[in-house]
Amino acid sequence: MKVTLKVFRYNPETDQRPRYDVFHLEAEPNDRVLDLLEKVKAELDGSLSYRRSCAHGICGSDAMRINGRNRLACKTLVKDVGTTIVVEPILGLPVLKDLIVDMEPFFESYRKVMPWFINTDPPPEKERLQSPEERERFDDTTKCILCAACTTSCPVFWADGSYFGPAAIVNAHRFIFDSRDQAAAERLAILAQEEGVWRCRTSFNCTEACPREIQITKAIAEVKRAILTGRLD
Amino acid sequence: MQVHTHTYDVVVIGAGGAGLMAALYASKKAKTAVISKLYPTRSHTGAAQGGIGAALGNLEEDHPEWHAFDTAKGSDYLGDQDAIEFMCYQAPEIVYELEHMGVPFDRTSDGRIMQRRFGGHTNNKTGKPVRRACHAADRTGHMILQTLYQQNLRQGTHFFNEFYVTDIVFHEGRVAAVVAYELATGDLHVFRTKAAIIATGGFGQLWEVTSNAKTLTGDLPAVVLRRGLPLEDMEFFQFHPTGIYKLGILITEGVRGEGGVLINDLGERFMDKYAPTVKDLASRDVVSRAIYIEVREGRGIGGGKYVYLDVRPETVNKYAALDGRTRPDGSPYVVTKEELLAKLPDIIDFCKTYLGIDPMEEPIPVQPTAHYAMGGIPTTLKTEVIRDEHNTVVPGLYAAGEVACVSVHGANRLGTNSLLDIVVFGKVAGKEAAEYAKHADLASLPADATDLTRDQLERLRHGTGGERVADIVAEMKAVMTEHVSVFRTEEGLTEALEKIRELKERYRRVSITDKSARYNLELMEAWEAGNMLDLAEAVTLSALNRRESRGAHWREDYPKRDDENWLKHTLIWIDEEGKHRFAYKPVVITKWQPKEREY
Ligand SMILES: Cc1cc2nc3c(=O)[nH]c(=O)nc-3n(C[C@H](O)[C@H](O)[C@H](O)COP(=O)(O)OP(=O)(O)OC[C@H]3O[C@@H](n4cnc5c(N)ncnc54)[C@H](O)[C@@H]3O)c2cc1C
Ligand code: FES
Repeated sequence: MKVTLKVFRYNPETDQRPRYDVFHLEAEPNDRVLDLLEKVKAELDGSLSYRRSCAHGICGSDAMRINGRNRLACKTLVKDVGTTIVVEPILGLPVLKDLIVDMEPFFESYRKVMPWFINTDPPPEKERLQSPEERERFDDTTKCILCAACTTSCPVFWADGSYFGPAAIVNAHRFIFDSRDQAAAERLAILAQEEGVWRCRTSFNCTEACPREIQITKAIAEVKRAILTGRLD
Repeated sequence: MQVHTHTYDVVVIGAGGAGLMAALYASKKAKTAVISKLYPTRSHTGAAQGGIGAALGNLEEDHPEWHAFDTAKGSDYLGDQDAIEFMCYQAPEIVYELEHMGVPFDRTSDGRIMQRRFGGHTNNKTGKPVRRACHAADRTGHMILQTLYQQNLRQGTHFFNEFYVTDIVFHEGRVAAVVAYELATGDLHVFRTKAAIIATGGFGQLWEVTSNAKTLTGDLPAVVLRRGLPLEDMEFFQFHPTGIYKLGILITEGVRGEGGVLINDLGERFMDKYAPTVKDLASRDVVSRAIYIEVREGRGIGGGKYVYLDVRPETVNKYAALDGRTRPDGSPYVVTKEELLAKLPDIIDFCKTYLGIDPMEEPIPVQPTAHYAMGGIPTTLKTEVIRDEHNTVVPGLYAAGEVACVSVHGANRLGTNSLLDIVVFGKVAGKEAAEYAKHADLASLPADATDLTRDQLERLRHGTGGERVADIVAEMKAVMTEHVSVFRTEEGLTEALEKIRELKERYRRVSITDKSARYNLELMEAWEAGNMLDLAEAVTLSALNRRESRGAHWREDYPKRDDENWLKHTLIWIDEEGKHRFAYKPVVITKWQPKEREY
């Protein structure tokens, strides 16, 4: 089938302003949008720039806006988006070149929620015990690949980049609800701050954008409830 | 190109599981930098699915000694048994350490780490598969990578992300500096350092169908070759039996561990014929060859180049009953759809996304996929890089993880042993490098430290020969797939070698379009292509040289293992003129004399 690929281009080194380049390609319905970008880069315009690595949705490199929706280019098939495909960088982070954005503000928010396991008791000789139910409690939020599709689909984040954003809250949730972790109270205090969960207006954009199908809005609601009740059940 | 200089005690190159574990230990004792061409959590360790091997015995009897024997046997007796024993005896402790750092392993009903079966891991008394793979759903690597990165953040490790290491410079044989290209600016950075740890992973991108990320291009092994150091056992590259047809995306062996079976066009469960005892859970070289033979003899699905992996509950239960498989409590093994969905969520998602099929309703089309480099940069048991067959150490240089050859995997790696390898030897590397740095002084920096990098990059940037990188890479992949994969012959390998040399010639005339400084990925991909060509040559030469069949290296013209002449490791050097030479290192045998391998 024939597809028309319209790609956002911008190199601040040389370009006054962004533009869109249009490429006409032969594609298979099962081709990934990433395959199309690779084809353009290999055969038509080597300067097209984007991040990618695993090509199957696990490394989180290639979140972009595809026909207006945040998705991973490697997990989006041509047959799911039609024959006219518009590819643009994710919103709310500075564009560095073409589809590459500056991820540092995103990771800065991530680091602020103390996204690491804390348990200061001397560890036992073997594993710390955890029941399958306790393990299940935070399973969903362990799936996050830090692609930023959720955070950059959030209208609150677009309006004010200091909001931690859904990805940071998801990663805090992963530890807050881990029965082995001891720093839930500190993380909840951080998330109760001005940049934290109360900014969330439950627009559900994040949940829809997540390529890992994490129930993000639910996770945020659970964090809100924990802050209000002081309980983790 | 602007040049920036930094000074560290230890520089870790690569931020996958091996690099992050090394960094965690090195930075406790020494001023440490981690340089990675990817943001750390993008590393391919995150793709590992099935599990990490350790004889915890949480579900049934198991012993590190059994694990070590299985690994030695799986390696087709080419693995060094001192290293194998070290790794397998360390395994329980390091898995507990990961758990203490927060890795969310799945749990047994009594709250301990859950374990599943994996190919080649057996109860040494009965020969039957044993539950040894500790797992976190089917994203064990993701969990380990995230956890190690998080602990490094907690500890304040210095990261240089999206920096490509292009060279290592030496002074009087010692490490003097690591040279890197900063993707964001196009600047060069010279990291003066006492010690450097190479942890850059594999190079599956040499082949068309691979489970490896597009960034796994073998840069550092190529750098090492250029700097006159050898590579070990490059002829041994593992093809995993179950990649998604055409795409190569991995379907973990865990699927067969949970009871999935391989089926040919006649509807036969064909592994019966090739491995009567463990069947679908034979080691990977055995299963990949079986699939090739089925396909060659016309029993691929519809006569095509693939077979089915069937994990539908009714199929699983049918064969489990035929095999007399039981649960740990002795009751018959019966699975439900819900259990499989909970254990294999990502696999099911891959099939739905990329194939549009639900593996609970339909079998999965699979073919062998280029997966894992058993060979690599030769090291001692302490992860020190060596320069010759006498184990002469290169002071200050270390290597760990898939890029290294210590050698625990020999001619064929068992599943779950790489995640284990990267954490066990990553930890050793971190400790050893920090200890070395404590006593060493900084080597003087040669005046020409950045020359080689500049030459390479400027030539690529300004090349006018008109050759396209993508064409060269595609042709390389095609010939590697045709002649340097599961079955090999002298004729095919010779043809491949000629082609690769022709491609290397053409590579000198490459041109690129992007001349800009920032995020010039076209430039870096062109540079990576040069590395792949160098490695393709090393792999092919080594394969041509080894006139026997062992593990993943199967020569149709020499179909027998030949312990008399070939129970030894290959070292290969390739000099600037492209001349190569080989030397050999004996295999370390502690307990297990080579025997015929039966599964
Ligand atoms: C799909 C898949 C599933 C797997 N499943 C399992 C499993 O279940 N169990 C198991 O034991 N093993 C498994 N393996 C194997 C195992 O995951 C890998 O061998 C292992 O993770 C490699 O880790 P590493 O740290 O050596 O390298 P990687 O994780 O690949 O990291 C390499 C690092 O090097 C960096 N790098 C590379 N080149 C450069 C350069 N030029 N400059 C700077 N940095 C550079 C990269 O940025 C990256 O950070 C699997 C492999 C694959 C592909
Ligand atoms: S390339 Fe890894 S998520 Fe798409």
